[in-house]
Amino acid sequence: MAFDEQYYNIGYLDRLSYQDTFVHRLDPRIKLITTLLFLFTVISFSKYEVAALLPFFLFPVILLTAGEIPLWFILKKVVIVSPFAIFIGIFNPLLDASPVTVLPGLTLAAGWFSFASILLKFILTVSTALLLVATTSFPTVCHGLRQLGVPSIFVSQLLFLYRYIFVLAEEAMRMVRARDMRSFGHEGTNVKVFIRIAGVLFLRTVERAERIYSAMLARGFQGDMPTRKRYRITARDLVFAGSVTFYLFVFRFYPATEILGRFFQELF
Amino acid sequence: MHMADALLSPAVGATMWAGSLAALGYSSKRLKENIDNKTIPLMGVMGAFIFAAQMINFTIPGTGSSGHLGGGMILAAILGPYAAFLVMASVLTAQALFFADGGLLALGCNIWNLGIYPCFLAYPLIYKPIAGDGTNSRRLAVAAVISALLALQLGAFSVVLETFLSGKSELPFTSFVLLMQPIHLAIGLVEGFVTVGIISYVKTSRPEFLENSIASRPLADGTPVKNTLIAFAILAVITGGAISWFASTHPDGLEWSIEKVTGKRELAQQTQGISATLRKLQEKTAFLPDYNFKPPSKEKAAGEKSPVWPGIEAGTSIAGVVGGAIVLSVIVLIGFAIRTFKKRQD
Amino acid sequence: MSHHIVDFKNVFFRYPDGTEALRDLSFRITHGEAVGVIGANGAGKSTLLLHMNGHLLPTSGTVTIGDLHLTRKTRQDIRKKVGIVFQNPDDQLFMPTVYDDVAFGPLNLGMEEDDVRQRVHDALNLVNSLALQNKPPHHLSSGQKSAVAIAAVMALEPDILAMDEPAANLDPKSRRLLINLLKTFSHSRIIASHDLDLILDVCSRCIVIREGTVAADGPARDILSNRKLLEENNLELPLSLQKC
Repeated sequence: MAFDEQYYNIGYLDRLSYQDTFVHRLDPRIKLITTLLFLFTVISFSKYEVAALLPFFLFPVILLTAGEIPLWFILKKVVIVSPFAIFIGIFNPLLDASPVTVLPGLTLAAGWFSFASILLKFILTVSTALLLVATTSFPTVCHGLRQLGVPSIFVSQLLFLYRYIFVLAEEAMRMVRARDMRSFGHEGTNVKVFIRIAGVLFLRTVERAERIYSAMLARGFQGDMPTRKRYRITARDLVFAGSVTFYLFVFRFYPATEILGRFFQELF
Repeated sequence: MHMADALLSPAVGATMWAGSLAALGYSSKRLKENIDNKTIPLMGVMGAFIFAAQMINFTIPGTGSSGHLGGGMILAAILGPYAAFLVMASVLTAQALFFADGGLLALGCNIWNLGIYPCFLAYPLIYKPIAGDGTNSRRLAVAAVISALLALQLGAFSVVLETFLSGKSELPFTSFVLLMQPIHLAIGLVEGFVTVGIISYVKTSRPEFLENSIASRPLADGTPVKNTLIAFAILAVITGGAISWFASTHPDGLEWSIEKVTGKRELAQQTQGISATLRKLQEKTAFLPDYNFKPPSKEKAAGEKSPVWPGIEAGTSIAGVVGGAIVLSVIVLIGFAIRTFKKRQD
Repeated sequence: MSHHIVDFKNVFFRYPDGTEALRDLSFRITHGEAVGVIGANGAGKSTLLLHMNGHLLPTSGTVTIGDLHLTRKTRQDIRKKVGIVFQNPDDQLFMPTVYDDVAFGPLNLGMEEDDVRQRVHDALNLVNSLALQNKPPHHLSSGQKSAVAIAAVMALEPDILAMDEPAANLDPKSRRLLINLLKTFSHSRIIASHDLDLILDVCSRCIVIREGTVAADGPARDILSNRKLLEENNLELPLSLQKC
């Protein structure tokens, strides 16, 4: 992906996270914990499980619609990161060829099921992770992490990183544009030019760190990054956490898809 | 080579998270004890630097394909292992969140694969002894290339191991290794050269910065042997934990995989011995010896034990197809309902 | 009101690399004065500002802020009295949201959460930026950033405000808003800038620095209309004075 595109992509995701919806207002800790619980539940299914995974699409769909996140944006990002999982998973149909009858007359290699299962899990986990940050601003995620007991030095590291990603990426983007403007084809994108750009960016970064340090000292910094505790878990958060847990529990232990399928089969 | 959630089993994911969190906690503690206040903003913007630099692509010489920076070794060389590890972990966290590179469960694996090896193995064992105080350019170059190469090889090997132990992929262990290691040999070489390039660029343009950073690095100068021992101790505990956990929840799965890979019965029998002991241990310590708290893992073990797919019965799959269609339609309907409701509210 | 006084007496400063940035610099600023510091690039303006809160300590000579002599020991207290707004707001605003950034100083003073909230509210209100408080700095325009950077310093309720190129990179309208804002403050203000029209607008007094020492010191209107003096210092008449 071109540099500009990646940069504007993060910028867009970041702006989405500052919206004000029901999902955005939930306590970050609740969102972090329920998301992790969701991810664990999804990957805990056996390697051949396909049908039972389907009800789990409900969670990302609710986050997406209630959080007012555009569907195309999430889908695009899921597709962009998919190559590794597809690359690893595509071997399954080739290597695991024991036949499975799906419908009368339709037989597939068992490997296709485990491949489909990997793909479904991939879409579920990646889209939910993206939806977490699309509905929770990065600083809010960090405050949540801090309150969950993550070491403060790591949290302030994350906060600094977030603050300066945009500043440095813009600086880098200007250099990359200058490079591409004069490289006419491939000459300019070789490693040597990259090293020079990265080197310049590195030195500017070091100098910036010195100026930031002065600014911090000027405002009384003595070694501790102050964090404020501003989030309080409300009844709404608890209701959300409770219903998500219930939903995960039910669809993890009862094969709802299959039960539903059988029920309708018997009807007709 | 970011590990992905979808390829992970909960056991492997949780184990790697535990390992990475332990390393994070330990590094934070060590840093807090003797950090120079000036390093706090420096670490922060260094993370942003690595993040931005990784977004710049370049052509890998001789191949025409495009590559990008990893950054672990540069960080270790400049900030020392503990700070470098925290910075690397923060970069990977930001990537997991912003790009969904890997995913949140695989983040534990990725921090381990891309953070632990450069900072706690390659740096103290290879980089520091060879590069010394960093005044000799040739030694510095050799140190950076070898350590970057080694760190990436270990990282790639861990990806293989994590994928294999998770058992979601059918790729045989040996072919997977043969696939991953050579690719990462090339990537590692490029990473090494880029690391050397950036460090020497900084050395010529602002020599005092590197000198200061080396001088003000009491952590890095602290006994490398001790660091390494700690790293290995953690490594041993984690691997041991992972394997025993795996063995206890999927005794037959492990046996089956090892048999499949090595084709040797003896080894399989040995593991059976281990897993049998572990199972006994588990039975003794568990509240309900015969009842597994996690029915899912039991199902999975069963699935992996039999070479044939579990529910071959045609009725089940028809039910699955019909039910799947209904479930998806209901979800889509719910989605549309929320959308319309929202729009009407505005 | 002795605590609003800034007094530099025979200050010398040499950087570790040997550059002599300040040479026998002396001046005194009293309560409520607005003073412009001008001079060529490299004349020592920024070095001077960095002495105001003890970020740099003089090699020789004395710096007195209020009734405190600047030393390694007193500099933490001096930092509470002097607020410095640095040139680049991106370096100045290092926290992830506007609120967190403005709260950084007060929290470092160990204030209670509720008092901090009040301080942040007042400071942002002062620069008309209350609506920005939950935004991250990278979503702000340059003008908004410099307003917030000022609020971040004002939240510490300093007696003295020092600024380095406050209007750099601002579009004309934001610059005008900033000038109007600076005029409303009653603090002692020290503004280092090449923007001579801004100095003329805001400051009653002007100090010209050349090669680390005071080359001229007097009423802003006199100094800024002295074409010869300005040109000797790589400066030129403010636009507003060029036509007459």
